[in-house]
Amino acid sequence: MLSRAADSLFWLGRYTERAANVARGLNVAWRLDGLGTGEDWHRILVASGCEPGFMEKHGKVTPEAVVDFLVRDPDNPSGILSCFAAARSNARQVRTALTVDMWSGLNESWAQFRNSAPEDFQGERLPEFLDRVRERVLLFNGAAQDTMLRGEAFLFVQLGTALERADNTARILDVKHDMLKPGSNGTVEFAQWQAILQSVSALRAYHWIFRERLDPARIAELLILRPELPRSLVACHSRVTEVLEMIAAGQGGRRGECHRLSGEITASLRYGKLSDILEGGLHDWLTRMIGRTAQLGGAIEEFYIQGG
Amino acid sequence: MGSAFNEMGEGPDHSAAYAEVARWLAATPPEELAAKRAEAEYLFRKVGITFAVYGEGGDPERLIPFDIIPRVLARAEWDRLAQGLSQRVRALNAFLADVYGAREILRAGRIPENLVLRNEQFRPEMEGFAPPGGVYTHIAGIDLVRTGPDDFYVLEDNCRTPSGVSYMLENREAMLRLFPRLFSRHRIAPVSRYPEELLETLKAAAPERAGPDPTVAILTPGHFNSAYYEHCFLADEMGVEVVEGADLCVENDVVHMRTTAGPRRVDVIYRRIDDDYLDPRAFRRDSMLGVPGLIAAYKAGNVALANAPGCGIADDKAIYPYVPDMIRFYLGEEPRLANVPTYLCERDEDRAYVLSHLDELVVKLAQGSGGYGMLIGPHATREQREDFAARIRANPSHYIAQPTLALSTVPTLCGDAVAPRHVDLRPFVLSTRDHVRIVPGGLTRVALREGSLVVNSSQGGGTKDTWVLDEEASSPGQSQSQSQSQSQGYISC
Repeated sequence: MLSRAADSLFWLGRYTERAANVARGLNVAWRLDGLGTGEDWHRILVASGCEPGFMEKHGKVTPEAVVDFLVRDPDNPSGILSCFAAARSNARQVRTALTVDMWSGLNESWAQFRNSAPEDFQGERLPEFLDRVRERVLLFNGAAQDTMLRGEAFLFVQLGTALERADNTARILDVKHDMLKPGSNGTVEFAQWQAILQSVSALRAYHWIFRERLDPARIAELLILRPELPRSLVACHSRVTEVLEMIAAGQGGRRGECHRLSGEITASLRYGKLSDILEGGLHDWLTRMIGRTAQLGGAIEEFYIQGG
Repeated sequence: MGSAFNEMGEGPDHSAAYAEVARWLAATPPEELAAKRAEAEYLFRKVGITFAVYGEGGDPERLIPFDIIPRVLARAEWDRLAQGLSQRVRALNAFLADVYGAREILRAGRIPENLVLRNEQFRPEMEGFAPPGGVYTHIAGIDLVRTGPDDFYVLEDNCRTPSGVSYMLENREAMLRLFPRLFSRHRIAPVSRYPEELLETLKAAAPERAGPDPTVAILTPGHFNSAYYEHCFLADEMGVEVVEGADLCVENDVVHMRTTAGPRRVDVIYRRIDDDYLDPRAFRRDSMLGVPGLIAAYKAGNVALANAPGCGIADDKAIYPYVPDMIRFYLGEEPRLANVPTYLCERDEDRAYVLSHLDELVVKLAQGSGGYGMLIGPHATREQREDFAARIRANPSHYIAQPTLALSTVPTLCGDAVAPRHVDLRPFVLSTRDHVRIVPGGLTRVALREGSLVVNSSQGGGTKDTWVLDEEASSPGQSQSQSQSQSQGYISC
């Protein structure tokens, strides 16, 4: 496959996933806003990596400004509408590698959202809007899964999706790392834990796996080390490693630094212990993980996109 | 233009080919047609068949308006056209081989030497070089107009990078979805094999060393190009890569594309980039779209380009009047398709005629396309005509003139009513060393504004599906697919 096409497919996977992740993050902030802990609007900015751009533009955090910045603002490349536009632009460049279902699903998402005005997503309309964003991305992922030829094109989309998801889970956890300190307990904390789990579609999963009341250490374990949860760090990184291996197998075993690094990260998660992670401080550990994930993204691009 | 030939016929005297279409139009209420038109637009938007118009404000991604009423040609009409098209394109290819080779037609004095050798479209880089397979214009689009039952004229030849074939294919797909029953009442020659035929044509152009399964790629200027959708569509249908200049690199006169598995050799490039931008080392130095070293690789015989560089000399408007002579000269045959009578303003006699008949003529730039910079005499104001007269006197060789033809009309859905609108036809002609192939049909463009003769999409034109009808209507009773017998049993009991 053309390197440029692989690049577009990889970023197609990343941008669609990012749109849904921003929606998930905003949903958490909106839910917690009702509980009087207004700082969550700020946290979601940090989690999505949008804080510097936001502060430069708005200076002060208000719910409306955060929602506008993360949903509509064309100056924010990680905003939901920007993500759809970037995903579509990437898709357009590899139109031939996509199925009609994927393309028309994405094209329609873009057409639906691109002219969204504040009255479509501010205030009471926000949750419904965010649900639609998540639904459109689920539709796209489903179309990719159900209709795409199992070739390299499919694998690069999967690679982008899995890597972006790994990055997102680590960021969501990091935003709430102080709430996950062992021993903390209270109404506010409880609501926070629920919100974190919901943001990665894992509240039900928690109950199914642990069958116990919410506990910060278990939440961290679920989101970091449990392979059953599709958005856990270990699940996402295992998928990245698996996909990289499949690409390598299709090319007669051609491998590079990205394969080594991905394997190393996955092994550290697969065989890691929660007590070790918590011992040095969750925040420090997550900061390192986010850094290594970014490093992995760079290594993938270097090997398959620039080095081709 | 009240005298224009209506292809469907007037009143009860419908042409045989349109009998079913006329019946369908008479039996279908206008609201239903309008609903189908809306459905068609939804289909096109959904698939994303758009073209880009920049610099006019508004949404740059436009749909070419699609008219749901098909344009119908009888098989006998088509066969005559196809013979004429094949003859014309064979002559054009022979002309290209000649002017870049022995120049016999110039030495014989049949075409003025200066008109060719001093033409901007003539590429000295191609002199003395024979492309693999000996073909120059592998894919040609010939624009035809009609003025009467048997009167077809070639309006212009497009020998460089003709576009529009994706509309021919997508229009048919849309019609099949919208009007399956109308199709079942006709026997319509399919167009869907075009991509296969194109791929075979391109493979046949490959250098010999590439073997039986050459690697083909489509070279596009990129997604800002107005025909980008078509480039991707064709690549998809043929199962080949669509590449941009930056995806290709040339090493030791061999062309490679950059892939995730490392460089891969390319044998045939179907390029949809103009000559000027193909290779900054050979043509325009400031081109960012092309591939440095591509022409050297081409001339070393390591890669084929379709169409060959330099084809523009064959479709130049100043050369056009000589195409009938080319046919006689190279093929020893009389032209089967007529040219529109053309006056070359650089000839004194012609210019005098043009200047005194501007109110009857269409004046065009000898080089240029897209319907910009033309004068349609009968529709122009006095000032416009005087302006053009001055321009012609200043630069006579830049202009040609033709009589305004009463282009034929086809019923078209305009607003809520069906009304006649002028059309042209662009069939696509594929050439290899031994074969000329034409998929029956082509792209019908329709001037949607009442009375307008300009069919270009950039000037408010639309498109139609073009049907070539085989003689006998098909029997409606195709064998039905099986269904569970119990449901049928319950109903009949």
